[in-house]
Amino acid sequence: MKFLRRKLLHFFLTVLIVSAITFAMIDLLPGDAANVFTGPEASVETVAAIRHEMGLDAPVIVRYFRWTFRAVNGDLGVSMITQEPVWDALVARLPVTLELLLFAQLMALSLAIPAALICAKKPGGTADRILTTMGFASLSIPNFVMAILLVFFFVLHLGWLPATSFTPLSEGPAANVRSLLLPGLSIALVEWVILFRVLRSDLVATLGEDFILVARSKGLSSTQVLFRHALRPSSLNLLTVAGLQMGHLIGGVLVVETIFALPGIGRLLVTAIYSRDIFMIQGCALWITLGYVSINLLVDVLYAVLDPRIRLERANV
Amino acid sequence: MIPRLLTRLLTRLLSFWLPLTWLLLVTLCAVTAGWLPIPAPDLMDYDHQNALPGTAVILTENTAVAEARNKVYWLGTDSMGRDMLSRLITGARVSLAVGVTAPLIGLVIGGLLGMIAGYFRGWTESIIVGCMDVILAFPGLVLLLAVGFCFGTNLWTLIPSLGFLSVPSFCRVSRAATLQLAGREFVLAAKMIGNSNSGILGREILPNVAIPLCVYGLIVMALMVVVEGVLSFLGLSVPPPTPSWGGMIAGGREVLSEAPHVCLIPATVLFLTVLSLNVLGDTLRGWTRSL
Repeated sequence: MKFLRRKLLHFFLTVLIVSAITFAMIDLLPGDAANVFTGPEASVETVAAIRHEMGLDAPVIVRYFRWTFRAVNGDLGVSMITQEPVWDALVARLPVTLELLLFAQLMALSLAIPAALICAKKPGGTADRILTTMGFASLSIPNFVMAILLVFFFVLHLGWLPATSFTPLSEGPAANVRSLLLPGLSIALVEWVILFRVLRSDLVATLGEDFILVARSKGLSSTQVLFRHALRPSSLNLLTVAGLQMGHLIGGVLVVETIFALPGIGRLLVTAIYSRDIFMIQGCALWITLGYVSINLLVDVLYAVLDPRIRLERANV
Repeated sequence: MIPRLLTRLLTRLLSFWLPLTWLLLVTLCAVTAGWLPIPAPDLMDYDHQNALPGTAVILTENTAVAEARNKVYWLGTDSMGRDMLSRLITGARVSLAVGVTAPLIGLVIGGLLGMIAGYFRGWTESIIVGCMDVILAFPGLVLLLAVGFCFGTNLWTLIPSLGFLSVPSFCRVSRAATLQLAGREFVLAAKMIGNSNSGILGREILPNVAIPLCVYGLIVMALMVVVEGVLSFLGLSVPPPTPSWGGMIAGGREVLSEAPHVCLIPATVLFLTVLSLNVLGDTLRGWTRSL
């Protein structure tokens, strides 16, 4: 498992750098946390006392290890605005963000797969051209613009959906899905294009293979060939891209959560930035980055498990 | 015969001339914003808030805004009565400043690193590629927010950090191109004659890597314009009195039900610009691939 070892090493290296940067982010702040904590009017003595109390007068390395040790044990400090422990706030917000991510990705997949199948059936045909152009256009719409367009159309114009009220899953799945529909859609309508492109080109390539010719000559209809013989071998790249995209989606989630006032980690981060709540920002940044890095690791490993060729190839690089 | 010619002309028009014209128009407006006959972007006209596009103002009495007499709000006004056209044009400066300079930083640094990695191979390549992987492992937006929080949100922190984030993708493109070129005859010939490594990199490889890099730069530009839009939408880009497209969209969102144009016009302009960059990048990539 040379491949796995390399990947794990890479993962830990990245985590180390991530934690160092997140730590430095707060530590290098002009005027340290003690100043922010006591406010601008505090006397020099008070600041010094607080600084000593918070352990800010220790050397950098000591402070870094102290911070890491506490972070690993689930202590990321306390929010300076709400006095809520940062760790608890993150744990409370995580399900919303995860749900939105999965929901958006599912919607993107359910748009991309049929579209790719239609296109691959007749590459270069009218349907293919229209869908490819549409994909190009929707890729050029930023997430936040898409969200506003959806709100304008579905909420203000048609009045079909509520704009900003999040219902947790515990209050019934239907209401939950209703409140996640627009946020999920505003991410999915942009992100499906990437999945669609990958699947389309893979499908077109697969359809040129010999075993497809055999299936055709057996007399199977083209729909049957598409679904039963071409889709599975072509979906390998799709899976990887879908996994990698989960990391990429985090950026979109951040904005969309803010627009639709969903109580997720992205919104937590943005409100923390507005109120300059430094420990909260630090905690959010750490969690999001770690999540991103872990997803990347997971995708790499999954890819290797699914495709033995990669395992060998990448180990030799 | 004739229909085919027509489709080709139409394709050429849509995939090249139209986006190019739009981009040139935006650039021209942004550059000449100071000399254009438009009201100042922060001039507030409280009599005409959320005015529809094309509203003509005829001032009969002498008011404070006398010099802007008998004007037409070609694209309407926003919720504070500021001229939308003027704000769009001034906002284009921010978008273009970010969209052009940030990829340029990434192009120069990433292009150079990629060339070095692809030409020398060995441990140099391992180190460069490893560093790039670490940068890629960060979610960009979070890093941008963190940098903005620590060092203040203005163009002087935004452009370098965006440029930094675009380094890995440029590096990847230039490394791939260099890897292909390094085995070609003309490079080998240059080596045989006894040219120095830097000479080969500068004279033989650079001219060939530059074209795919610049074409790729257009696509990165589109991305940068979007990221700047997101940040200014969140209020984390240039500080408020300076108009920016994202900021205008955010402002218009509050009056979306009464005056949708305040939000939808800047959104359309942003979309058209990003689309033009993407289409142009794609078209040029198709053309240069056959070179």
